[in-house]
Amino acid sequence: MTALTDPQKESFRLSMLLNDSRYRSITIQIVTLIAFLTLIGWLLNNTAQNLADLGKEPSFRFLTQPSGYDINQRLLEYTSQDTNLRAAFLGLLNTLIVAIMGCIAATVVGVIVGVLRLSNNWIVARLMTFYVEIFRNVPVLLWIVFTMAILIESLPAPNKFRGDTPEASMLLGDSVALTNRGFYVPEPLFSRSLGDLDVLGDASLRFGISLDLVAIVATLLAGVLLAGLFAKRANRIQAATGVRPKTWHWRLGVIVLPTAALLAYLGLHWGHPELRGFNFQGGTYMRNSLIALWLALSLYTAAFIAEIVRAGILAISKGQTEAAAALGLRSRRIMSLVVLPQALRVIVPPLISQYLNLTKNSSLAIAVGYMDITGTLMGITLNQTGRELETVLMTMLIYLTISLVISGAMNIYNNSVKLQER
Amino acid sequence: MKRTVILGALTAAGFAAGAASAATLDDVKARGTLNCGVATGVPGFAAPDSSGEWAGFDVAVCRAVAAATLGDPSAVEFVPTTGKTRFTALASGEVDMLARNTTWTFSRDVDLKFEFVGVNYYDGQGFMVPKELGVSSAKELDGATVCIQTGTTTELNLADYFRVNGMSYEPVPIETNAEAQQQYLAGACDVYTTDASGLAATRATFEVPTDHAILPEIISKEPLGPLVRHGDNEWGDIVRWTLNALIAAEEYGVTSANIDEMLGGTDNPEINRLLGTEGNLGEMFGLESDWAVHAIKVGGNYGEIFARHIGEDTPIGLARGLNAQYRDGGILYAPPFR
Repeated sequence: MTALTDPQKESFRLSMLLNDSRYRSITIQIVTLIAFLTLIGWLLNNTAQNLADLGKEPSFRFLTQPSGYDINQRLLEYTSQDTNLRAAFLGLLNTLIVAIMGCIAATVVGVIVGVLRLSNNWIVARLMTFYVEIFRNVPVLLWIVFTMAILIESLPAPNKFRGDTPEASMLLGDSVALTNRGFYVPEPLFSRSLGDLDVLGDASLRFGISLDLVAIVATLLAGVLLAGLFAKRANRIQAATGVRPKTWHWRLGVIVLPTAALLAYLGLHWGHPELRGFNFQGGTYMRNSLIALWLALSLYTAAFIAEIVRAGILAISKGQTEAAAALGLRSRRIMSLVVLPQALRVIVPPLISQYLNLTKNSSLAIAVGYMDITGTLMGITLNQTGRELETVLMTMLIYLTISLVISGAMNIYNNSVKLQER
Repeated sequence: MKRTVILGALTAAGFAAGAASAATLDDVKARGTLNCGVATGVPGFAAPDSSGEWAGFDVAVCRAVAAATLGDPSAVEFVPTTGKTRFTALASGEVDMLARNTTWTFSRDVDLKFEFVGVNYYDGQGFMVPKELGVSSAKELDGATVCIQTGTTTELNLADYFRVNGMSYEPVPIETNAEAQQQYLAGACDVYTTDASGLAATRATFEVPTDHAILPEIISKEPLGPLVRHGDNEWGDIVRWTLNALIAAEEYGVTSANIDEMLGGTDNPEINRLLGTEGNLGEMFGLESDWAVHAIKVGGNYGEIFARHIGEDTPIGLARGLNAQYRDGGILYAPPFR
């Protein structure tokens, strides 16, 4: 039996902080952290001091004061007597519109182009290569300005539609007008509208929810859910008997019929734009700035998405396709059941960054006079109130929040398509 | 999050960096050039000429200040600024002064912490429309699409004017005069609104200026003048009195042609004090005694500058109007040099 003696307890000496590898890294990290915090502190202090010297202490009071300016594209009611906060809110909504429209269009175009680039047809594949290379290699600001210039210079001004023999005429049975100020399309109107639900009373962030829209969306959702139940039942019967009952007409019916009935009940009719005074009145007005920004952003981002999609599809080994074919699957089912689910794992993470890029690039809106959050809060409000620090910080926080929400949502989606390891 | 704070702080520090330094005159002398913020291009007021040299009515003020402080009218670094960027450029110290058709308002003077040193052009906001529209009054503009430079007082005046008159309009915000011109000429907006002088200047560059009419309504007071930062009164005094020297020179008949002759002494003590042959006015704010002589020699007195760049014999063709000397029915009135 051997007697074990405890190793002699080492006493801690100050020099060990540097000489002992157990402590050294911690020492370095703490010193770096202190230096870093000091730098931040110095910057903050310097800023506060300089602003105080100028007599411009940070204050957010300007947000509650009337903005004094008008915004052309308003999703909610707004006048120049509303507060700067509300102007910023409307700008934020405009940012969100163009970001959402852009992400959708970029995805659709990107996926199509990405798949077509792999086409066996030489001309189609080369055309798509040409598109990708030309769009992703020119700065997006130039595309935005260029698109706007094309819209302004090539389309007729509204007054060209006037007169007995007008130089320009409306399309689709006088329902759509393409002018260099934007596109006027028919708008849905309801003669027995349910009205709006006003939220938040008089606050700057107040908004109205169209009950018509809520009813339509709810009916559609219920229809889709019901259709899902039909599909489940069909699956069950197919699993039990091997024969799949024909249900598509039922599934279509439960979606379309109730919606159509609801629209008829609400008294849906279309309001056509018509030339009155200087401009077309009535209809939905898509401003040229929105169209230019939306087109340029989505075509630019679509070029990147196309490459991501192509990479994702190429990442799936040919063996997978061949194995699926050997099992007797048709090529469409091979794509939807075998290749795409695996490709999505490769596609989704870089796709998130493209969505974020598009959203952040939308801040170039001012180049074409689109009143987004940069144009309102960090543009006119900053300029009229002189509150640089406050507005810039607020705008940064808003973009940060939007980006985090997008990447949060996309991460949830990514988790649902990623490889489930058991 | 942490990174956001740093960036924000850096931005802010950048904005405020120049604010603390007080002695602008020393900075300018040490640098050897004057940084002057001007417009990105308004013909007649501030635009590069065919040889690339900046010229114009506002530019002349910059050159006069450079001549008064450094003795060299070409020692100016012109910094083109838009309606949106001009105040940040001045507040951050990127420019020493702004001479850029900027309207003197209470909130800019008080809240934005700037010092307007005077008025070099009394203006008002007007509207320009193509004659083919058949509009003869701004009251007929209900429902029109209006091109407007963003970040200007005109934006606020426009909102007020249409609201008070119960009319609707569609604003098209635009960054620079050149873009506004493009949209206006293509018919993407019915009306272009800015200061009446700016409208005249813009119209002068059109292919057929006579196809466009400036409506009679002037909807605001727009006293345009050079400005400096708060916090350096000596510098503010220099810019203010350089401008006053140009105005006073016209009043007393001092021109670029006869100034050398007058330097020999005149029987008007006011002229003698202005030109530094009597008294020590220049010394009082740390300049040479002949500071005003340098300033006036650059482009002549206020009247000569006006006539050369924007007067009735130029394509811009502005009448003196309010901008005549008080004795000639205008409201230009330089305080005494004493």
